[in-house]
Amino acid sequence: MSVDEGTVRRVAKLARLRLIEAEVAPLARELSGILAWVEQLGELDVSDVPPMTGVGASLKRRADQVTEGGLAEEVLRNAPHAEDGFFTVPKVVE
Amino acid sequence: MTTKHHPHETGARLIRGATGDWEIVLGLEVHAQVSSKAKLFSGASTEFGAEPNAQVSFVDAAFPGMLPVINEYCVEQAVRTGIGLKAAINLRSVFDRKNYFYPDLPSGYQISQYKSPIVGEGAVTIDLPDGSTRTVGIERLHLEQDAGKSIHDMHPRYSYVDLNRSGVALMEIVTRPDMRSSEEAAAFIRKLRAILRYLGTCDGNMEEGSMRADVNVSVRRPGAALGTRCEIKNVNSIRFVQQAIEYEARRQVDLIEDGGKVEQETRLFDTKTGTTRTMRSKEEAHDYRYFPDPDLLPLELDAAYVEAIRESLPELPDEKKERFVAEYGLSAYDAGVLAAERETAAFFESVASGRDAKLAANWVTGDFFAALNKAGLDITASPVSAGQLGALIDLISDGTISGRIAKEVFEILFTSGGDPRAIVEERGLRQVTDTGAIEAAVEAIISANPDKVAEYREKPKLMGWFVGQVMKETGGKANPQAVNEILKRKLDG
Repeated sequence: MSVDEGTVRRVAKLARLRLIEAEVAPLARELSGILAWVEQLGELDVSDVPPMTGVGASLKRRADQVTEGGLAEEVLRNAPHAEDGFFTVPKVVE
Repeated sequence: MTTKHHPHETGARLIRGATGDWEIVLGLEVHAQVSSKAKLFSGASTEFGAEPNAQVSFVDAAFPGMLPVINEYCVEQAVRTGIGLKAAINLRSVFDRKNYFYPDLPSGYQISQYKSPIVGEGAVTIDLPDGSTRTVGIERLHLEQDAGKSIHDMHPRYSYVDLNRSGVALMEIVTRPDMRSSEEAAAFIRKLRAILRYLGTCDGNMEEGSMRADVNVSVRRPGAALGTRCEIKNVNSIRFVQQAIEYEARRQVDLIEDGGKVEQETRLFDTKTGTTRTMRSKEEAHDYRYFPDPDLLPLELDAAYVEAIRESLPELPDEKKERFVAEYGLSAYDAGVLAAERETAAFFESVASGRDAKLAANWVTGDFFAALNKAGLDITASPVSAGQLGALIDLISDGTISGRIAKEVFEILFTSGGDPRAIVEERGLRQVTDTGAIEAAVEAIISANPDKVAEYREKPKLMGWFVGQVMKETGGKANPQAVNEILKRKLDG
């Protein structure tokens, strides 16, 4: 599968990445190369191998207990803007 | 072989356009908050109404390197709900990342379930106002995280973000497009809410946002292929759901009849104007690029776990309704009303226990509900207990008081409480069954009103007037049957 320039622009937009025009063609080429490399895996016959999304262990679970909270100050510490205990961002209105 | 499911071949409610009739086709996606103490993947509290960002863990705020760990109680509630919706439980389900950007979604993705939800197909029976029932198919139920909350009216240039809801467990329940009118959509939400409350998996509180609905609306000529649908997001009351559907269906009909085309889009319902409008930020919003969350392994359940939950399920509204009809001889309508809420059903059964169940049902759905409505009270806040109402009914059944006096005693119970029998004794409300006393009253009325007696010979309907006079004379305490009998004997004899 090869990635065209339109796809590069679209993916960049969805990921909120700003590209300069000169980057588009090289990225398309590089991404196509990466995909082609990964696609070599397709040569293997895995029809009787179940999909694996993790190794060994089963999903770890927690009990329904409140163990965290009261961290508003720490949570907000790195925010560019905060006020009255809220994060504040440039207005987004529907 | 496939059999098509046609739950609506009869009874669909059509809307009239300039060029003929149109049928509304509705599907719902209901978001129900799991009633858990902690969030789906963190140990932060879910309690409503806390100070901003006070219930946010580093996982909920998407700090780098923080890992989600699933709350096993939330998993159990999803399975429980699935069983309550008569649905297939998937022993293996997968959590995916749904990617989009919004200020109240700090990680840039919502952990949800896409191709492999925890619950598959099921069904809900809805009860319609005319007493009929209908089946609405459930397509799936999956677990996902809620986002935070944006507040836009606190500052002229800034939106304020509170992440307290961020990461709270939601069950998204998706129906098939099986509903055909706003009434059916309302009936579905009411029934779903009752089931969730019976199960205890969601409190169903729409005001606090524990339950909200996305409504998919399309219109078509009756029997034609499905039309293009619009999705109305985040409607938070049953009344608004109905208003949004009525407006949106009419908008689509007018648009098509004017030669236009319905665009598939997401719309918002404006509660102030009762209208829907298109969301501006829709461009490319629907490319969520789902992929399995590498931080979470698949969720695997064993059949014994699911069976244990199935065993622990309480009796649900439909079964209760059927039992009320079979066991107590109630009408389907009364049984439905009494079974609709768990608290109401428990109250009724407590009143009916060892008593005339029909009389109990009449009192609960009649004077009792009316008094609660008038006072604006929920059954859990009722000033009259099931025990008190039961004792009152005992007084009617054993002939101590008449039904009419019972209404008076009920008023007293509702406003000032007390023991029904004591109230009857203290106030001298005991029914007069002593025929001698009644006879004396009847004779007094007859001899004082010779003109009415003469009139009665021409118009037997006047009996009612005599009964009224005797009841008045006896302060309403005379046994009505005895009064009737004695009057008839004296007047006709």
